[in-house]
Amino acid sequence: MPLLEITSVSKRFGATAAVDGVSLTIERGAFFVLLGPSGCGKTTLLRMIAGFETPDVGRIAIDGVDITAMPPYARPVNMMFQSYALFPHMDVARNIGFGLRQENMDRRRIASRVDEMLNLVQMSGYARRRPHELSGGERQRVALARALAKMPKLLLLDEPLAALDRKLRVETRLQLTSIQERIGTTFLVVTHDQDEALSMASRIAVMDRGRVAQTGAPAEIYERPVSRFVAGFVGEVNLFEGQLTAGFNRVALAAPGFDTPIPLAANVKLPHGAAAALAVRPERLVLSHSPPIGFAIPATISSIGYLGGGSLAYVTAAHGKVLKAYLSADTAKRFERATQVWVSWAPEEGILLTQ
Amino acid sequence: MTGLGRFGRVVLIAVPFAWLALFFLVPLLIVVKISLAESVIGVPPYTPLFASDTDGLKLNATWANFALVVSDDLYLRAYISSLGNATLATVLCLVLGYPIAYAISRFRGARRQLLLFLIMLPFWTSFLIRVYAWIAILQPNGLLNEALIALGLIERPLPLLNNAFSVGLGLVYSYLPFMILPLYGSLSTLDPTLLEAAADLGARPLRTFLGVTLPLTFPGIAAGSLLVLIPAIGEFVIPDLLGGPDTLMIGKVLWEEFFSNRDWPVASAVAVVLIAILAVPLLAVQRFLDRGQ
Repeated sequence: MPLLEITSVSKRFGATAAVDGVSLTIERGAFFVLLGPSGCGKTTLLRMIAGFETPDVGRIAIDGVDITAMPPYARPVNMMFQSYALFPHMDVARNIGFGLRQENMDRRRIASRVDEMLNLVQMSGYARRRPHELSGGERQRVALARALAKMPKLLLLDEPLAALDRKLRVETRLQLTSIQERIGTTFLVVTHDQDEALSMASRIAVMDRGRVAQTGAPAEIYERPVSRFVAGFVGEVNLFEGQLTAGFNRVALAAPGFDTPIPLAANVKLPHGAAAALAVRPERLVLSHSPPIGFAIPATISSIGYLGGGSLAYVTAAHGKVLKAYLSADTAKRFERATQVWVSWAPEEGILLTQ
Repeated sequence: MTGLGRFGRVVLIAVPFAWLALFFLVPLLIVVKISLAESVIGVPPYTPLFASDTDGLKLNATWANFALVVSDDLYLRAYISSLGNATLATVLCLVLGYPIAYAISRFRGARRQLLLFLIMLPFWTSFLIRVYAWIAILQPNGLLNEALIALGLIERPLPLLNNAFSVGLGLVYSYLPFMILPLYGSLSTLDPTLLEAAADLGARPLRTFLGVTLPLTFPGIAAGSLLVLIPAIGEFVIPDLLGGPDTLMIGKVLWEEFFSNRDWPVASAVAVVLIAILAVPLLAVQRFLDRGQ
């Protein structure tokens, strides 16, 4: 039985459907990430799981127990808030112990659990500090400790890294995943940051306008997106719109502006004439100074953005279409702005999208 | 305070400081001076603090007025009953005002503005007239008694006026807005996610209220309570109009010493002791708030 089961849940605010017929299951021990742009309904979904919003229709169950109508204080889930929501009038230890005191646990057990939690998030020695005496990163760790103190079946994290600066964000990602591995609690993280989602998640659900667009492992989402939205939202992508047509020896995509149809992978099973989009990741594009064998697009490099570990080149094809190509540090040395190049890729690297 | 030079800062502090010194400190010192004098028949009706005779300038101060105020049973009873009435009124204002302020802070936009406007509406009419209006409501053949008799709930008019009930009612009625407004200020700045966090951690609504809402709105409770308690202790108009001859409150005693007995020194001593009593809760609350920061 999955730990969390969401069945056809919808929630409207006035005329807008914030969450529109979402069904999801989350397995025990998963590091599940709900990824989507702001306003896609991911936070509303999280708040319905926590009990702060009630679904208009649908059912939410944990361990097979229907919690749809259960008040927040009775649910076996805890939440780490985006603003952390630490109680300003309590010190760190009292914040972490707050949930335990609601269970009327005896004082010594609370104290030892609080110590354990402080150790877990490497904040021992901060027990007597007030929230306003802590840095952003320290507050984040206290919030995590407080949410974990009751050992919830499911921990909800609302944009857990959004309030941190960039360097701390990357470090904290690793901390979150290592803590999750150590304690084995199921994590459900909401984020709009695709890097965060790809690097932390064991499973991702991409949301778009209140619906789940795709669910899968990070590599699955990145390499086999099912729609133009997912391909464009998760990572950079070059999109070619067109119609299927017969190529030399396989199916190809006739795209306006291109003299020859773009060859596709051999296993395409769409009828001729069907409208589709071909998505190619920037790191799959190959630039060369002389025309390669097979299909290639003549283009001019309009700019090269240095990224540190590599570079992102913007190349403009003859009819004005701009393509993004990722160049490794060594490759980037061989190309300069305003030079004529040929852009190509292996047909198998292209992803054909109909949605 | 960046952007303001040193001169700007001095001016910014000096203006209210000078105002307080001129209109609060100087009159206070005059009252203290009079309280140390002896009563005489004349203009002004008290002896000067410094008298010059053949030996030169001589300090002419006496503790007699304070000795009288402290020893005479009348003043003691007046202080105690004032404190009692004012404390009761403060507690009632808090108990009534907190739910009202809480409710207003739950509303948004135009409705919230309307409710706040209604709280402040009584200030548009003179305080004196509003207290007089209560006489018309409470007297034996007043609106309330007539209505109760008409409904058949009572046969004879209830004694609603000129007793502790009417004084308490008058105090609560008059000072309730002073409790509600600071409470509303505290409650409306309370971060609602803190309440969600408490619920998420397993706190039922009552425990969320006692453990989070109440302590975080303590500054509002303290401010509102002081705004009610302090003027209520020295209140004169309400006990005079609604309390009848048997109500003993220090504001009334003060008035009578000044205007009926024309004993300015004793009246001043009563006032100085009153200020000393009022300073106690003020300082206590201030200390508590400082520690909480």
